Amino acid sequence: MALQSLDIKQRSATTTPAPQARQTIEIAKLIDVSACIGCKACQVACMEWNDVRDEVGSCHGIYDNPVDLTENSWTVMRYAEVEEQGKLEWLIRKDGCMHCSDPGCLKACPAPGAIIQYANGIVDFHQENCIGCGYCVSGCPFNVPRISKKDSKAYKCTLCSDRVAVNQAPACAKACPTGAIQFGSKEDMKDYAEKRIADLKERGYQKAGLYDPAGVGGTHVMYVLHHADRPGLYSGLPQDPAISPTVSLWKGVTKPVAAAALGLVALGSLFHYVMKGPNEVSKEIEKEVEKEDAQ
Amino acid sequence: MIRDPKDLQRYTASERANHWLVGICFILLALSGLAFFHPAFYPLVQFFGGGPWARILHPFIGVLMVLAFVIMFFRFAGLNRMTAADRAWLSRIGEMVDGNDHGMPEQGKYNGGQKLMFWLMTLSMIVLVISGVLMWRSQFSFAVDVVRLASLAHALAAVVMIVLIIVHAYAAIWTKGTVRAMWYGTVTRAWAKQHHRAWYRQMTGK
Ligand code: HEM
Ligand code: SF4
Ligand code: SF4
Repeated sequence: MALQSLDIKQRSATTTPAPQARQTIEIAKLIDVSACIGCKACQVACMEWNDVRDEVGSCHGIYDNPVDLTENSWTVMRYAEVEEQGKLEWLIRKDGCMHCSDPGCLKACPAPGAIIQYANGIVDFHQENCIGCGYCVSGCPFNVPRISKKDSKAYKCTLCSDRVAVNQAPACAKACPTGAIQFGSKEDMKDYAEKRIADLKERGYQKAGLYDPAGVGGTHVMYVLHHADRPGLYSGLPQDPAISPTVSLWKGVTKPVAAAALGLVALGSLFHYVMKGPNEVSKEIEKEVEKEDAQ
Repeated sequence: MIRDPKDLQRYTASERANHWLVGICFILLALSGLAFFHPAFYPLVQFFGGGPWARILHPFIGVLMVLAFVIMFFRFAGLNRMTAADRAWLSRIGEMVDGNDHGMPEQGKYNGGQKLMFWLMTLSMIVLVISGVLMWRSQFSFAVDVVRLASLAHALAAVVMIVLIIVHAYAAIWTKGTVRAMWYGTVTRAWAKQHHRAWYRQMTGK
């Protein structure tokens, strides 16, 4: 939905600058994995606030349910059991859109205004402009967007842009019983994370750290990880996510260059005609043929 | 309708219909494809009833084009084998473009440029079908790296194809008396003698 109460910073398939006069602060959601108990209150709050209901699935023998993000499940808890120094660790990560500063989905999207990045950092899909091509799926380094089989529109976490617009924290943050989901300005969230990381280090997690990957310009959903050196432990969180070079090449300089080349070939043809004249059958040959006919 | 009984038959009615079907599909594909290609072209979706319709229709028109193209390919592939005379013609293409065809080697039904065009279009078409199917999200779901590569390949092959078709159509417009071959199927003997002399000899026995 087009939220005019939020300033727009970037808009998909738009080549002119967005309005920039107003300077607003960047927000962020901080997910402290070390404080998560895997209760899924956030998952339920997300369904509740956003009025999305997934199908009742079946048991896959693991806690993940549904097992993957869908057009109706914009956040999913992923449970990984790993052994660290002879101890079992249950690493539970709330998966969903990271709200990248440099969003691959937005870069790939061909439909003007189907993907919006607000000045506060939230990346939002506006389904009314979405054409259902799925380019955003190719563009995203985190495998987040899902295309609905019902309406062919792309869906993902909105970071509750409608709540944030009226100064409310996202529904998931509101519902979390342990405070594992914090919400505020990006700066405040980084400060808060620092304290959490210092605490974790004291408790023996020497590699604890903040996940705010620079490859996508930082994110507006950040994680505090006990093993920040190995994000892959957390159900395959990417180590150094970045927009794929193939996507950058596809959506980068090649497009304007190719468009210009097409224009040049078309114009070149016209000018060739105007400057060289048409390639007509010569009078000489026409006469030859006429002569043959007369015989 | 017969304008001059001595005109030379260049294309049969079914060859012409086949070619027009490919041509119409191409125009629709280029218009809808370019709409996704760059924001400057996005308004082209209006020809198809908006963005979602352009997205839905494009791949189906693509499949139709491939079918029509394959039939056309088998009709004309034999006539498009490169020979030494074609290579000689191609090596002097600069003179032709300059508008001076006096020194050009004698050509059969198709000249070296047309043959090269035929094979380049075939190649582009192959890349377009394969990559197009790979990126067809509403029907298939391939590994994301494959889809990314396919998207890049599809966009590049589409640009090559559009350039080829512009040159192809322009060559027909530039060479007066050619376009009628696609309307009535015939060309004048003088046209054939000037542009495709070996074919002219073969057809007239002169
Ligand atoms: C041969 C069968 C073809 C298939 C199956 C196919 C399929 C596709 C698909 C699935 C897309 C993504 C948008 C969508 O979902 O509609 C696409 C985009 C595109 N197609 Fe095709 N296509 C075909 C042929 C062609 C041809 C012949 C052209 C040349 C004019 C063309 C030009 C394009 C362009 C320019 C794009 C946009 C690429 C981009 O966004 O960078 N396609 N095609
Ligand atoms: S995580 Fe994916 S969907 Fe979310 S903003 Fe980044 S690129 Fe877009
Ligand atoms: S499917 Fe994704 S990339 Fe395509 S128009 Fe919708 S939001 Fe944009």
